[in-house]
Amino acid sequence: MSATEIKFSGFGGQGVILAGIIFGRAASIYDNKFATLTQSFGPEARGSACSAQLIVSDDRVLYPYVTKPEILMAMSQEAFNKFLPETTDDATVIIEEELVKPQGLKPGMKVYGIPATRIAEELGRKMILNIVMVGFFTSVTGLIDYEAVREAVKASVPQGTEVMNLKAFDRGYQYGENLK
Amino acid sequence: MKADPKGVMTGAHFLDGDHACCEGALSAGCRFVAGYPITPSTEVVERIAARFPMVGGIFIQMEDEIASSIAIQGAVWAGAKAMTVTSGPGFSLMMEHIGLAVMLETPCVFVNVQRGGPSTGLPTLPGQADMMQARWGSHGDYEIIALCPNSPQECYDLTIKAFNLAETYRVPVMLMMDECVGHMTEKVVIPDAGEIDIVERRFTTAKRGEYLPYETYGDWVPPMVKSGDGHYFHMTGLTHDERGYPVMNAEAQEKCVHRIVNKIKENADDIILLREADTEDADVVVVSYGITSRVALKAISMAQAEGIKVGHLRLITAWPFPETRIRQLADQGKALVMPELNYGQMYLELQRVVEGRTRSHLVPHGGGTVHDPEVIFRKIKEAVQ
Repeated sequence: MSATEIKFSGFGGQGVILAGIIFGRAASIYDNKFATLTQSFGPEARGSACSAQLIVSDDRVLYPYVTKPEILMAMSQEAFNKFLPETTDDATVIIEEELVKPQGLKPGMKVYGIPATRIAEELGRKMILNIVMVGFFTSVTGLIDYEAVREAVKASVPQGTEVMNLKAFDRGYQYGENLK
Repeated sequence: MKADPKGVMTGAHFLDGDHACCEGALSAGCRFVAGYPITPSTEVVERIAARFPMVGGIFIQMEDEIASSIAIQGAVWAGAKAMTVTSGPGFSLMMEHIGLAVMLETPCVFVNVQRGGPSTGLPTLPGQADMMQARWGSHGDYEIIALCPNSPQECYDLTIKAFNLAETYRVPVMLMMDECVGHMTEKVVIPDAGEIDIVERRFTTAKRGEYLPYETYGDWVPPMVKSGDGHYFHMTGLTHDERGYPVMNAEAQEKCVHRIVNKIKENADDIILLREADTEDADVVVVSYGITSRVALKAISMAQAEGIKVGHLRLITAWPFPETRIRQLADQGKALVMPELNYGQMYLELQRVVEGRTRSHLVPHGGGTVHDPEVIFRKIKEAVQ
């Protein structure tokens, strides 16, 4: 692997940025890779489609911005519609399947869907849907080591919520494993 | 001296450049920050406001940047290590007081997270167009030091360096970040406090009544006083003698300006930090600083893949400008290519030093994003022909 460009997206409040931070932390602190995370801060970042861009690489990242994501995580329809055209023709697209109807996909793309919001609600807290997505992402992409991401989840969520978040992570991960 | 462990968050972290700058200040022993939050530097003071009180430090959100830039100088003379944090529009307002810091030889740090300008410009997007302002923005003749980090790790490391240089030379030091580096999140390793070198303030040993605030005793830099030790002296932005009192004549002016300028110029070799790669047998050398130095490396690897002999000279210290090294490269006939996020600021300095010794090429950019490596690559190809 040289470098992989990833875009995490959804609407504000779903924990999009935190999902990006968790993977960046997992890759660079717990998995001996290099990771560079950037976000949009301008007026284009306001409104409902929010995103974080992450480059994961075996070598130091030189050019800091994501230009053509090979992996898109979309947790809302608007984010999906906005960011799908930026992706590579053979991109891996990971969606919250009850919030996103994937249209306009190219033939080479791989799509993985999970009802993350429903799973999060079953676990008792709708707001941990991003961690369910993170678990699912870890499984279907295989990009970053499972233990590394798990450690990063632990280190990134508010103190006292680790148990619930790790449960959410494992549920998402297992859902991905069951698709294989 | 080593760092006070109280402020040092030892470990591997995933931090953005702004937050890393805050941690660097804490590690350096900075315990006073006055600022007026402005994008894209806001996250620096946001973290400072949360972190400083936990280690006995103070953050004051002032009424504006003019007040911020003078409050830090009061804090320094009261014994603290201090800095202020801003972006272009605020930096403009601070110019008067940067001159005062130069004149009073107040060791302090100014952080400028550069955004696109002029005026309010592009608050959320990067630029490198305050480089000449950092050097010449205040009136009068003087020298300052400016450092240019290209990663969150360097935002941490160079903030410490900035404080150490400020204390060593009693000069305001500019940390010239940019929006891209400030808002970029990467791994930042903070060492044990015992591994961080800190330059402590040098205090006078003079008895009460015998202290001469601007007497250097043959050195370039005079010692300071510990506030409360009973030394009385006069501080003024007017031209002063070694007692600190205003003296309105050409001899005093010459003595004053000569030392303010030459304490930096004469020590330039000790101050200047460079990174260099593949310059030895290069036909072209790309000279760059800050975020552009990373993008330049990408362009260099593209050129090297085509067999072009191209090297990289990275200015970690932009001011004082590394004249000696650039002149050497020019004398060896290497073509120089300089990309920067402005329409040619440090390039003016490069041209001045090169003086027709070799060909030099600017890769200008108005800011708002970083260079497309392809554009730098094309200029390298042009330069080699």
